Amino acid sequence: MKKTHLLALVVIAIAIGIVVATAGDASVYVSFKEAKELAADGDLRKVHVVGRLPHDGQKNIIGMQYNPTLDPNYFTFMLVDTNKVQQQVVYFNPKPQDFDKSEQVVITGNMRNDVFVADKILLKCPSKYVEKDVKGATASIN
Amino acid sequence: MNIGDWGHLSVIVAFVAAVVSTLGYYMASRGRALGDTDAAWLRFGRGAFVVHGVAVIGVIVALFGIIHGHRYEYYYAWSHSSNHLPVYYMISCFWEGQEGSFLLWIFWHVVIGAFIIRGSRQWEAPVMAVFAFVQIFLMSMILGVLVGGLKLGSSPFILMKEFMPDLPVYKLNPDFVPQDGTGLNALLQNYWMVIHPPTLFLGFALTLVPFAYAVAGLWKGELTQWVSPAIRWSLVGGGVLGVGIMMGAYWAYETLNFGGYWNWDPVENAVYIPWLVLVAALHALVLWQRGKTGLRTAFSLVVATFLLVLYATFLTRSGVLGNASVHSFTDLGLSGQLLVYLMAFVVLSIALLVWRWKQIPVSEKELTMYNAELWVFVGATVLCLGAFQVLFTTSIPVWNALVGFFGIKSNLALPADQIAHYTKFQLWLGVLVALFSGIAQLLWWQRNDKETVLNSISIPAILTLLGASLGILLVRQNGAHQMSLPYIALLTTGLFGVLANLSMLLQLVRRGVRLSGGAVSHIGIALMLLGILASAGYSKIISQNTSGLLYSRQFSEEDNRDNVLLWRNDPGKMGPYELTYTGQYFDAPGVPEYVSKELLFPVVNDEYKAVARGEIKVGEKVYYKAGDTLEIRPEDTYYRVAYKNQESGDEFVLFPRAQANEEMGGLLASPDIKLFWDHDIYSHVSSVPDPNKEKDWSEVKQYSVAMNDTLFLNDYFAIFKNAEPAHNTAGLGLNPGDVAVQGDIIVYGEKNKQYHAHPIFIVGKSGMVGRVADEVEDLGLRITLDNIDPQKGKFTFGVATTQKDYVILKAMEKPFINLLWSGTLLMGLGFGIAVVQRGRKPKPVPAAKVPRGAKQVQAA
Repeated sequence: MKKTHLLALVVIAIAIGIVVATAGDASVYVSFKEAKELAADGDLRKVHVVGRLPHDGQKNIIGMQYNPTLDPNYFTFMLVDTNKVQQQVVYFNPKPQDFDKSEQVVITGNMRNDVFVADKILLKCPSKYVEKDVKGATASIN
Repeated sequence: MNIGDWGHLSVIVAFVAAVVSTLGYYMASRGRALGDTDAAWLRFGRGAFVVHGVAVIGVIVALFGIIHGHRYEYYYAWSHSSNHLPVYYMISCFWEGQEGSFLLWIFWHVVIGAFIIRGSRQWEAPVMAVFAFVQIFLMSMILGVLVGGLKLGSSPFILMKEFMPDLPVYKLNPDFVPQDGTGLNALLQNYWMVIHPPTLFLGFALTLVPFAYAVAGLWKGELTQWVSPAIRWSLVGGGVLGVGIMMGAYWAYETLNFGGYWNWDPVENAVYIPWLVLVAALHALVLWQRGKTGLRTAFSLVVATFLLVLYATFLTRSGVLGNASVHSFTDLGLSGQLLVYLMAFVVLSIALLVWRWKQIPVSEKELTMYNAELWVFVGATVLCLGAFQVLFTTSIPVWNALVGFFGIKSNLALPADQIAHYTKFQLWLGVLVALFSGIAQLLWWQRNDKETVLNSISIPAILTLLGASLGILLVRQNGAHQMSLPYIALLTTGLFGVLANLSMLLQLVRRGVRLSGGAVSHIGIALMLLGILASAGYSKIISQNTSGLLYSRQFSEEDNRDNVLLWRNDPGKMGPYELTYTGQYFDAPGVPEYVSKELLFPVVNDEYKAVARGEIKVGEKVYYKAGDTLEIRPEDTYYRVAYKNQESGDEFVLFPRAQANEEMGGLLASPDIKLFWDHDIYSHVSSVPDPNKEKDWSEVKQYSVAMNDTLFLNDYFAIFKNAEPAHNTAGLGLNPGDVAVQGDIIVYGEKNKQYHAHPIFIVGKSGMVGRVADEVEDLGLRITLDNIDPQKGKFTFGVATTQKDYVILKAMEKPFINLLWSGTLLMGLGFGIAVVQRGRKPKPVPAAKVPRGAKQVQAA
């Protein structure tokens, strides 16, 4: 067998290894129910959960707590996933500043003792990509 | 016709001229051998390309005119620029939008095309046919016309009225023009953003040249002659793209706050992948030129590089990534168009390759371990595998979309810990690249057998082992932690990469032959790897929360708590450092240092101006006197944090900045970095009290005092010094006949620091009373002058208190990050040397290089 063929075989083997390892590392989008099941099975893999923040009648967010003067690295909030399951989430970092305005929240992390410990929060803000307000446009109407 | 119409017309002219030029060059070369060109068609194609180039420049001038002239009736100017933007950032506005960045790319193709027309002789017709063909596609992306209900491209010259026709204002006033734009994204207001995108797009554009040569070679059946010009252009492209990527990394380090320079963001990866493959292609090309082997590989990789550039464009601009990226490239609804182009180029170029595959010469020679070629080839393979790994993971959103297309719902997400995921593979890429670059360089310049190999490798190898052991010991001693095996591997091979390439470089210099650009850039790469190992692998958080005050101890054992709260003027201890946050500052153009907010009195109705409360001076030079009005940049607030290293005695001040930005959603924080030769201190605010939110003030307590009386406020005392007439300085908007009195109160804060507060009391002609409060931010005090009793000579002050100002801060140390930046420079320099030397003809033959026997090149 020629060396080039040998090399080709090695390359293919490594490429397959990369694909398999990536599949193993890849996370999944799950609901809180599935996240709990995974944690109960002892699977500590970090998962993605997509959800919304629960609001009361006055558009205030329910169940959000951040008290920087007490502990700047503790932020907790409730998240309602796509199956309408509500869950407490803890984030050991300062509260992201644009958090209140976000429409949809994607968190990564896993369930630990009945709370979801998030290590990353991705916010989808309604204002970010859609039409912005045109300043002065409303003023000239009045 | 107005400027926008001219611009749009130029777009259409440039598009049509690209079509015509493609046709002309194609006809000039069709059915003829290379060099035998139809002169009439050639002139025609060339003329059309010149027209195309002039039209492209016209488009650029028109677009820049719109931005520079603040013509907000155009959507592009409105959404990317604003009145207060300095000219140099207007250049960045230009390519903030997708249309502008396409334009930039098109422009570079025109420039490079001009070089090819001048210098490529017999290659001009087929190569330029490819160039013009690519330009058709790129131009169509900004064409902005409807063809049979299908939107073809997105024009940068679209009017607000056309973009948002439903705005209610147009019903009332069809000629409405916004007064100001929404401004350039704050994070892009950075000098690197002026030069990084053009460099990157020049790199992108340069990958087209070897691709065009390869396609031309395949088309004309000239399968070997294209290699020499392709090498030169690939060298330029590799250098420019490599440096461009690192400029982006430096920008991210300086401006974003994820705590580093590389985040494995899809947009970063999208450029990294083609660069790796381009470098691999370059090595394959050199292999053919020197060892007459690897031509098929070279062809495939050169083609793959360009296709990967197109794929990168598709990834970042089609919206397929969704929110997987921090870069906010918007979906212009052109993903279909992009996908069609990508597929077209994939199919066409692969078809060409397959057609000629059997004719591409291959070497029958068996490479042995003593052949440098073998190691170069293995190294190139490693680069491709590294690229493949990043490509596969980055494409996860694409896989989801792909299987979704077939009706399968996939819930696959990117790895939760991307850094760990990529590092697991890319670290070994680094190890192997450093190792093979060292070995190959040592073997490259001589004919080898076992003895010569041992001779040349022994010294660098011994030095490497010594250095690596020393490094491992030092790390253990300083950091009290063991180096893990992968880190040891990277340290050792990185050192070997530096030393082996350096020893070859020295030998070559001694032999008096040319400098090896290859050796120089390999040293650069190896240094970069060492810099990455040190700065990323041993980055240390300084701002560990050591107060012992934890909200919840539930999980504290495994989670890092990397942010600390610093009260204003209250020193906090962190490791060897003592940090003190001392207040908020603004940037005032013309003043070389930041100006304390306490020295500035805001001007009503113009946030870009302020009145100086006292002298504003830097050193001895006074820039503004009290009462002067000065210009400020209100967008950014700088938080002054003083650092004191209690071990080394180092003292310095950092000004991390933050911008409260409603449109971007919340607080945009950028770090400030203190540079030392062996490490950086990197620090940013993670949170501050919301500047847009009204503060919670305590109930007002009133004090009725006479002049020179003392007031006892909660924790401080104050003396009411004086009352004087207030002038119309601070934009009070006094009318003639109004009387304004300002009290002068000195508050004694911590460490006996004195603060002047000047609350103002106004009595209008009509008897209306107005009050302007003054705030001592340092102490969280707000003082109003509530009433004056002239008979008794008593002044009534109202004092309210609030929570003291604070910042939440994250600070870290990045050891030896300078190795990364200096390695980058060396890498760029190496590419440069190689370009210059390849341009020289005839090439000098190294003295020690033994002429090789005739190679058996066989064309099947």
